[in-house]
Amino acid sequence: MNLGTRKLLDRSFTALGFGSIVIMGLALLVVLTPIVTKGVGAFVFQGTIEHRKLLLNEFHRGDAREIEKEAAETNRSRQKVFDMLATFDQELDKMDYEQQSKYRDSYGQVKTALRALFGPLPGDSEPALTRFQYGQTRWNKAEEKLHDLLYEQKWDYSNPDVIAKPYDVSRAGAFTGTSLAGLFPYVEENLDKMMMPEWTFYWGFFTEKSLDAHFFGGIWPEIQGTIFLAVGAMVFAFPLGVIAAIYFTEYARDGFLTSMLRSANSTLAGVPSIVFGLFGLAFFINTIHVSHSKSVLAGSLTLAIMILPTIIRAAEEAILSVPKTYKEASLSLGSTKWNTIMTVILPAALPGILTGGVISLGRAAGETAPIIFTAAVSVGAAIGLGDVLGSPTPALSWNIYNLASEHEAAAEIRHVQYGMVLSLVMIVLLLNLSAIILRARISKKLKG
Amino acid sequence: MSDEVASSQGRSSEFIVSAQKHKIQKIKQKTGEATLLLIASFVAIVVLFIFYFVARDAIPFFRLRGFAEFFTSPEWYPADDPPHFGALAIIYGSLMVTLGSALIAVPMGVIASICLSDILPFSVRQLVKPVIEMLAAIPSVAFGFFALVVFAPLLQNQGGPILMWTWWVIAAPFLLLFVIVVSELLTSSITKESMKKPVKMALSTVFGLLAILLLYVVGQHLQGLVIMSGTNALNVSIILSFMALPTIVSVSEDALQAVGRELREGSYALGATRAETIIKTILPAASSGILAAVILGIMRALGETMVVWMASGNSSAVPDPFYNYLDSVRTLTATIAGDMGEADQVTGSARFHVLFAMGLLLLIVSFVSNLVSERIVVRQRKILSGQ
Repeated sequence: MNLGTRKLLDRSFTALGFGSIVIMGLALLVVLTPIVTKGVGAFVFQGTIEHRKLLLNEFHRGDAREIEKEAAETNRSRQKVFDMLATFDQELDKMDYEQQSKYRDSYGQVKTALRALFGPLPGDSEPALTRFQYGQTRWNKAEEKLHDLLYEQKWDYSNPDVIAKPYDVSRAGAFTGTSLAGLFPYVEENLDKMMMPEWTFYWGFFTEKSLDAHFFGGIWPEIQGTIFLAVGAMVFAFPLGVIAAIYFTEYARDGFLTSMLRSANSTLAGVPSIVFGLFGLAFFINTIHVSHSKSVLAGSLTLAIMILPTIIRAAEEAILSVPKTYKEASLSLGSTKWNTIMTVILPAALPGILTGGVISLGRAAGETAPIIFTAAVSVGAAIGLGDVLGSPTPALSWNIYNLASEHEAAAEIRHVQYGMVLSLVMIVLLLNLSAIILRARISKKLKG
Repeated sequence: MSDEVASSQGRSSEFIVSAQKHKIQKIKQKTGEATLLLIASFVAIVVLFIFYFVARDAIPFFRLRGFAEFFTSPEWYPADDPPHFGALAIIYGSLMVTLGSALIAVPMGVIASICLSDILPFSVRQLVKPVIEMLAAIPSVAFGFFALVVFAPLLQNQGGPILMWTWWVIAAPFLLLFVIVVSELLTSSITKESMKKPVKMALSTVFGLLAILLLYVVGQHLQGLVIMSGTNALNVSIILSFMALPTIVSVSEDALQAVGRELREGSYALGATRAETIIKTILPAASSGILAAVILGIMRALGETMVVWMASGNSSAVPDPFYNYLDSVRTLTATIAGDMGEADQVTGSARFHVLFAMGLLLLIVSFVSNLVSERIVVRQRKILSGQ
């Protein structure tokens, strides 16, 4: 090979390296971008009059008189739609049976779409579920529902070789010549008058309970559950981990026992998270009965043994990075070993130990598999601090799974799911970021 | 003056420790140390407990149904009457997504770690490290949500073009390099200078055309693929590979850093380029550490639950044909997570215990691979330190 080719290969190798690192960065970006941009939409969005009505009725927030005034104004615009419906009802009564049946299906669909937009129509009985008592609370969802009102989706099965494709058919066409034909352009043009969208910062998303299985309201029970579980895990794991790390670094002598203990530590670090869940179920709940069934306590204990190896390793590293001279100075002054550890080594190692603790806290907050069988429930109110021993809790990680995969109307509440994912990712990343900053400060300090 | 003398005498008498006091102090120290040891061995006790309690609930399954069905039958109908507990398809699904993610993550991770340890300047490295840490920190359920809500629909609707573009972007530079190097190698034996250039041109043209043909044909084939469902083995493999990457990168970077400067400098002194130094000298020296990194990364993918549960499609059948990554699969972890809800009501039945059998299988695999990777790292450290 001549020099030119070797140089080319060398350059390509470098390019390959850069390429993989760029792909990694891009992957992070690609995953985070939709989560952040759509997650923000959970609490910053154009809220409609329905949103303000909901807040007033369910959470008693907002200026009642102002909202009533707005509601009256929107009702005036909506009244025209309702009048058209009434006129068409009369028209329908006059038709013979065959004509009636021609319109019945699509008229029903139009009414359903209108209910989705505005809530119950005049003459409807009060719906039992909160999700049907209000129209669209978010302007972007209202626009989606408007599209459903204007167009009917049909599927194209003409080519059997490819997957059927959807296409839109205008609903107005089905009603040409009737009094209902005017409804479609009217709603399309006046939707903003009927909904009154306004930019809203809905901070209640983080502090309020959810209504009707997350159709409305916030995610406080989940956030609180996540905090309880993660902090609970730390309460058990942190002292144990730090003490174990002191033993490994200061007391353990090289030998069979120590190497076995270290092996056990790395084995524990490699156990798949779902197996921790199985263990938590089999041991904490079914064998020693820390609680009757799922509980925050059982979940915290399970998470604690999962994060224990991480804490031990981080604490060990932190203790080892304390300069030997500190320890020698203390011992030479006549201090005992234990006293040296408590008054000299641990304070010097504390920031490093805390860094490991903070990262473990993030890991405990983000894990799902260990709490599926031990602590998490899909729906529920926020539990009090006194209930942690015996009752299960909703948690962000589990509810993200539950809302995205098992909720009966998962596609309707995407914004809530994104909001939850963003909250969880933010909690975890902020914890990690503070750990990174903490570590950077330590390394600066150690350098002097 | 006399006071001072007295006090200094009193102080000196404090230093004279009686034998008894010394003994008590020694006992105190010993008990303290024993307590510390007890707490430190808590980890080992936990590991033993995990093995014992998972096995305790797994053994009844094997006692009831034997080993043969679980490992050899692909029929997974735990709710039927009579039930079938064949986990072959599920084990195969686990292996499939693990292999798929390893195929992406291992080359990328190793190359990225080389780049981090040997190519990038220090300041850039400080910027890349947090990226890797963030990638490692993102909760698995967030990755699962991304796979299910963003990536799966994209793959289902635009899968063909996406695959084609990926193929073009990745394969085109490699093929170009291949053409240049091969025509260079083939002409290097020609001694006549005047002949060399035209032959080289001709060879490059021929190979270049062949390469373009290959690119085009495979690209067309990929574009024509019909993806019935976005929740499939390919989706999961890609996402899992990004979750395994941080582990592979950080562990193998440590292994590369452990290779001393002398080896690198010796190689450069002999006139090797950076790529040659890395491939022929550093990689062989760090190979066992990198192997350990790969094992740990693969274990991360095999043990991952939420992503596969949400985005693998959960169909308990071996894909048809068996290498079809566009088919839905189901893994051990997802089965444990998904079936416990129904099986929990019937604690004590084979349906409940089979999930523990799967857990035990995962536990044993993770235990063995951890031991192996640990041994490898210890051995490498010994070799590098020259003992």
